[in-house]
Amino acid sequence: MNWDPIILTFQLASVTTFLLFFIALPLGYWLSQTKNKFKPLIETLISMPLVLPPTVLGFYFLIAFSPGNAFGLWLNEWIGIKLVFSFSGLVIASILYSLPFMVHPIQSGLTNLPPSLHDASTLMGKSKTTTLFKVLLPNCKASLLTGIILSFAHTIGEFGVVLMIGGNIPGETKVASIAIYDEVEALNYTTANVYALILCGSTFLILLFVYLQNGGSLKKHKR
Amino acid sequence: MIKAQIEKTLKASDNPLKIDVELHIPKGVFASLYGPSGAGKTSTLRMIAGLLQPDRGLITCHKNLWFDSDKNTTKNPKYRNIGYVFQDSALFPNMTVFENLEYALTNKKETKHLHQLIELMKLQPLCNRKPDTLSGGQKQRVALARALVQKPVLLLLDEPLAALDNESRIELQDCLLQIHKTFHLTTLLVSHDIEEILKLSDQVFVMDHGKLTQQGSPKTVFSQNSLNENFEITGKISKIERQGIQFCITVCIENTPIKIMAKKSEIEHLKVGNKILIGAKNFNPFFLKPKK
Repeated sequence: MNWDPIILTFQLASVTTFLLFFIALPLGYWLSQTKNKFKPLIETLISMPLVLPPTVLGFYFLIAFSPGNAFGLWLNEWIGIKLVFSFSGLVIASILYSLPFMVHPIQSGLTNLPPSLHDASTLMGKSKTTTLFKVLLPNCKASLLTGIILSFAHTIGEFGVVLMIGGNIPGETKVASIAIYDEVEALNYTTANVYALILCGSTFLILLFVYLQNGGSLKKHKR
Repeated sequence: MIKAQIEKTLKASDNPLKIDVELHIPKGVFASLYGPSGAGKTSTLRMIAGLLQPDRGLITCHKNLWFDSDKNTTKNPKYRNIGYVFQDSALFPNMTVFENLEYALTNKKETKHLHQLIELMKLQPLCNRKPDTLSGGQKQRVALARALVQKPVLLLLDEPLAALDNESRIELQDCLLQIHKTFHLTTLLVSHDIEEILKLSDQVFVMDHGKLTQQGSPKTVFSQNSLNENFEITGKISKIERQGIQFCITVCIENTPIKIMAKKSEIEHLKVGNKILIGAKNFNPFFLKPKK
């Protein structure tokens, strides 16, 4: 059996989650604090991947990143990046596709903290950055963990976006979900079943870990 | 002297509340803001602290300008040197008691005052504990100590004793008085407990619907309508019953109910849950030590 699709899937999920965390953190913090009139618009845009068919997102990425269009051509000629049918393109598409899964838990974790924690730190003369890293984030660890794990698990489960923007290049863009589709089409049900079982098992364990951690069960066992 | 002349319209609720108050608190005075819920007490405190921006007005503290709408000047809260104790204590749950106090330090090396505070407020046994393992009274004692770490010029207390049991409340009231005197603080307490204000304050401002309705010494303000009392006590009305042409009011004083007869005109503005001050004159008291 070829393990490349499984390795590629976990590589894509890890890189996407890592980059997404650093993008979603300032975005979630800003959304939790701001009273800007454009906030509903930004929130709507972030939530769009929750309801849009993944193929819609994938289609627009394909159009935008294609060297046949101005933006894709500019990326290709000036920066030397080819985002269509490449791993980098998959990462960018996955980041946007999983954005709500990271931003929403961080935003709600920060919003649900008592405002007095922020106020107390401000009155002590601490900067916004110090308050965020020393007070706010350590007190919403469960939300951060939920965001990280959900984004990771969601990226593992991608199909439509990956198929549209990545195609099916073995070792580069052929992730497990696409490999399953391929194997079924070729009537290799045994291999498809192995891939599917690995995805089922890993996502089950990841989600179980989140629920145990956030429900406090793991902490109880540690005691 | 703290001078605050503030105007602010709060739009959050269904009925917008217009706060329009003028407070003058001399240096070293323990003052209180008294009034029903929704009167604008906490918002006034937050505006003095700089956590809420007034629409118009002027705030000065010991001749330092903190806010002036005419000059478009607002001093950042972090430069106002204020100690603030929140109703929910606002201790950082991820830090131990000592770390909470240490976080408030402006210079991590100058810990002398911090250790003095720990000793004065008897916090040594709590230093390594996390806030969620402390009782309500202990939390507020730590929050008070944390508010004093930066040697504030003004101590603002937002109903810090409201959620405490009677024993912890009395203990912390004594602690507050001691702290106020020891550090020569100017203190402003938000409270709707007459008994607490009578015990702690030199000056009281009564607020209702965003306006100041009365101000002066607590004794004068809370006994304005009865002359020459020989006796006064505060309590909470738990029942009002009609008995013939009169009314019987049951008032709870420190968990002990007492019944008082009153005329219809006397109870017109009273309802169950109100805190009242009962005054009596020309009576001959006798004193007995309670049996244990």
